[in-house]
Amino acid sequence: MNGTLARAIFLAAGLFSAAPVMPAQAPKKAAPATARTAPDFSCKSLDGKAVRLSGYRGKLVLLNFWATWCGPCVAEIPRFSSWQTKYGAQGLQVLGVSMDDDSAPVQKVYRKYQLTYPVVMGDEHVGELYGGVLGLPISYLISPEGRIVERYQGETNLDQMEKRIAGLLPAKKP
Amino acid sequence: MKLQNKKSHLLLFVTAILLVLQAPLGLAQNQHVPASSIPAADLIQPADFARVLQTSSSKPVILQVGSHVMFAEAHIAGAEYAGPTGKDDGLQALKDRVAGLPKDAAIVLYCGCCPWDRCPNIAPAYNLLHSQGFTNLKVLYLADNFGSNWVTKGYPIEKGR
Repeated sequence: MNGTLARAIFLAAGLFSAAPVMPAQAPKKAAPATARTAPDFSCKSLDGKAVRLSGYRGKLVLLNFWATWCGPCVAEIPRFSSWQTKYGAQGLQVLGVSMDDDSAPVQKVYRKYQLTYPVVMGDEHVGELYGGVLGLPISYLISPEGRIVERYQGETNLDQMEKRIAGLLPAKKP
Repeated sequence: MKLQNKKSHLLLFVTAILLVLQAPLGLAQNQHVPASSIPAADLIQPADFARVLQTSSSKPVILQVGSHVMFAEAHIAGAEYAGPTGKDDGLQALKDRVAGLPKDAAIVLYCGCCPWDRCPNIAPAYNLLHSQGFTNLKVLYLADNFGSNWVTKGYPIEKGR
């Protein structure tokens, strides 16, 4: 590319600062709103078994989209693992969906943190079902009936999330 | 101001050299280089860049240096995948991609996998190209992530690998 022309491209950002920005041509799919049925999917777990979301009907599901290269994601997962241990008997099921490009680093993190819940390998199709997983972490709380109750994006207050989970467990402590 | 810019560029250059020296030892992969180290003068805001794409007939080389899965979900129209530059093999992929480009080629880098300061990819990508002498380099500032700061704004995207 000609240097002068190339510089003009960046200059154009300033020159046209008052011009309106046209919306994109590509269709947008919104993230599923709460109270909607959680889109079902099936993905391979780290040990190669097919895991289907709807297989967890009857449980409160914490669906967590994450990746090993995402700092805030990795900071959350030990806590999710402890919740699986603490609330599993009361009907909580944590399901991790890794958006890593390959499973080797995921296996490594899984072993390092000794995660107590299944992790599956996600892809762009699962991401699209959930409105585009285009920034991590993203978590959903899904009711035992399969409806989305909460959506969390970015760094989340985990104490508040735990309170919300404790209040939604299908089998509360006697 | 100029002195500060020079200092900042010197710091980036030294960081890049250190990263290159550590690469053979496999140490570069997990070191987090914060995106805040990129000079503000080399950032471009999403609205400004969207405007450039829509108004200019000549487009820069747009390189996504993050996750390939996310790239497949959605990327800036016309962008190419060249990452993930938080890892050694991603840095090599970026190096290979720009190998034949003139040093004054217009290049825009972006990632948007994570909140700006938590992104593991964008600063290593910038540092690499800066240390290689690219002079017409911009980094797209995505404060939260690509979805929130680009896709939901309705700026041009494409899907697929």
